[in-house]
Amino acid sequence: MAQITLIEAVTQALAYEMAHDESVVVLGEDVGVNGGVFRATQGLQEKFGELRVIDTPLDEATIAGVTVGLAVQGMKPVAEAQFEGFIYPMMEQIACHAARMRNRTRGRLTVPAVWRAPWGGGIRAPEHHSEANEHLFTNIPGLRVVLPSSPARAYGLLLAAIRDPDPVVFFEPKRIYRQYKEEVPDDGEALPLDVCFVLRDGSDVTLVTWGSQVKETLEAAEALAKEGISAEVIDVATLTPLDFDTIAESVAKTGRCVIVHEAPKTAGFGAEIAARLAEECLYDLLAPVERVTGFDTHIPLYRLEMRYLPSVERVVSAAKRTLAAS
Amino acid sequence: MTIAAKFEIEYLQYLDAAGKEVRKDLPAFAKDLDHMVELYKVMMSTRVFDAKSIALQRTGKLGTYASCLGHEAAHVGIGSAMKPEDVLAISYREYGAQLYRGVRPREVYMYWGGDERGNDYQVEPARHDFAWSVPIATQCLHAAGSALAFKIRGEKRVAVCTIGDGGSSKGDFYGAINIAGAQNLPLVAVIVNNQWAISVPRKIQSGAETLAQKGIAAGLYCLQVDGNDIIAVRKAMEDALDRARNGEGGSVLELVTYRLGDHTTADDARRYRGKEEVDEAWAKEPMKRLRNWLVKKKAWDDAKEEAWRAECDDWMDNEVNAYLETRAQPVSAMFDYIYAEVPADLAKQRDYVLSLENQLESNKGH
Repeated sequence: MAQITLIEAVTQALAYEMAHDESVVVLGEDVGVNGGVFRATQGLQEKFGELRVIDTPLDEATIAGVTVGLAVQGMKPVAEAQFEGFIYPMMEQIACHAARMRNRTRGRLTVPAVWRAPWGGGIRAPEHHSEANEHLFTNIPGLRVVLPSSPARAYGLLLAAIRDPDPVVFFEPKRIYRQYKEEVPDDGEALPLDVCFVLRDGSDVTLVTWGSQVKETLEAAEALAKEGISAEVIDVATLTPLDFDTIAESVAKTGRCVIVHEAPKTAGFGAEIAARLAEECLYDLLAPVERVTGFDTHIPLYRLEMRYLPSVERVVSAAKRTLAAS
Repeated sequence: MTIAAKFEIEYLQYLDAAGKEVRKDLPAFAKDLDHMVELYKVMMSTRVFDAKSIALQRTGKLGTYASCLGHEAAHVGIGSAMKPEDVLAISYREYGAQLYRGVRPREVYMYWGGDERGNDYQVEPARHDFAWSVPIATQCLHAAGSALAFKIRGEKRVAVCTIGDGGSSKGDFYGAINIAGAQNLPLVAVIVNNQWAISVPRKIQSGAETLAQKGIAAGLYCLQVDGNDIIAVRKAMEDALDRARNGEGGSVLELVTYRLGDHTTADDARRYRGKEEVDEAWAKEPMKRLRNWLVKKKAWDDAKEEAWRAECDDWMDNEVNAYLETRAQPVSAMFDYIYAEVPADLAKQRDYVLSLENQLESNKGH
């Protein structure tokens, strides 16, 4: 069986679902002949034709609104926002229509659509190509916000997102698009949405993260292990609706929690998890909750971007602070 | 210099303000007087419905309501030309088109009366149409997406979107007609130019001589129509729908009309426009000219008018009663349609709200 990268897993999932469900169509800028600027849709137009792999005019609002229309007519569109920094013109259609259509019409019309967007920093890209803006979507009821962090989860979660009867914003951590390969059987098996994945068991501290930060967080857990500290690592994967129970169970065991994400700190999604811990798990906590995040600045251009993104060292220090506190 | 491209915009009108025929080539449907009477009756029921809605709002029985007074020919013309299998994506005041396609007045009252069930149109073909779309021009892209779905599936259906003169300033309108031209989609985009976007007049929206010509940039067929002349509206729509259905491309129609009422019941148009202008517009309104024409053809008279008005009044009374008798949804309904299934985390919030309700109930018991 072939070993594939995260980006290849995205392509594999799209191809599988398009082959098995003719209502699935892909649309966006450069998704056709060019196969997407990251090659996520490579070969799909050749295989499925121009009617199902659609190069659109260069207008994000058009892509998003047309996606709503397609979905209401019973198609399962997978739209691509070329970069998460270009998703803003799509937000009106996502927030005002995709996320509300079922509620507005009491279930008469629905929007089973996916918006994919390469997400996050760390690839030495120009301005507006490195944002982490998932928290702008997690406050929108009716949406699912999903971030895979491995080839297998990219495949399984994207299949689940396409099959989901409600709209999904699917952020792909582009920094780890080609970080490593793993075996991902092309068996059409979806992974569950709305659940966290416990990637590493531990007993001293819970490290909660998502997207490309899973990489640094797992490395931090490894480093902590060398110092005799046992860290549990949770990949939230579906930010909303949140599977808080998995996080709460882990914190009940460890008594300590470090939340790691690359978006700005203030009102980032880590704030929601920290608030929930304060509300529901305060008496399990042995130390204050720590957040290791991007700063409340714009992500700098690339000479400084790695200084902005959470590092293994920052995660390790935060974990140690929670241990020093009790 | 040579000319790279050349365009012109035609204007279509059959009946002038007095109801006199200004051209002799009446379309086939206009020769069927029974059908023309039917159109007049729907226009009239729309007007009766509109007056009833405003009365309901003024007496505190309805929330903010957007009137359609003066748009009857435009809206009924659109609705009556469409086939059942077509799809309509409107903004929020095109009741004439909606009533024609099966939306019931009680559903309109429910929507403006604070109940989402108003959008759950029960009767086909309205049942597969889009719901009211308040963010201006966003629905144009839903129509374009629907048209794309029809093209992908090889269905002979057309998506129609309506917007106002103000809406034609928005990017979503341009985006919709642009992709329709680029992809040869069966889309008919109708600009109902009623001269006012709340307080902002047509001339502030655009320096273009006509709004119809915006479609030229998208490569679509364009036409300006007397939007108070239902024969012209219906004919323009039929032609545009046929063209789209036959794969010959989309259209932009500009229906020139006038918003005789306030923008909504929360607006007072006297703040920004003069009586003289409104009086002039009343002289050109759509009902009178069609009535004059039908009377002259001996297809309509005062007795019929009176009888039909009484029927409309009864119908509306019945619809108003149905609306007023509808109880509010249970509080849990705010959670039930956010996702196909209520996620566990959201169910906790729903349970909390239900516990508050139960507490209220049991407090009442003491």
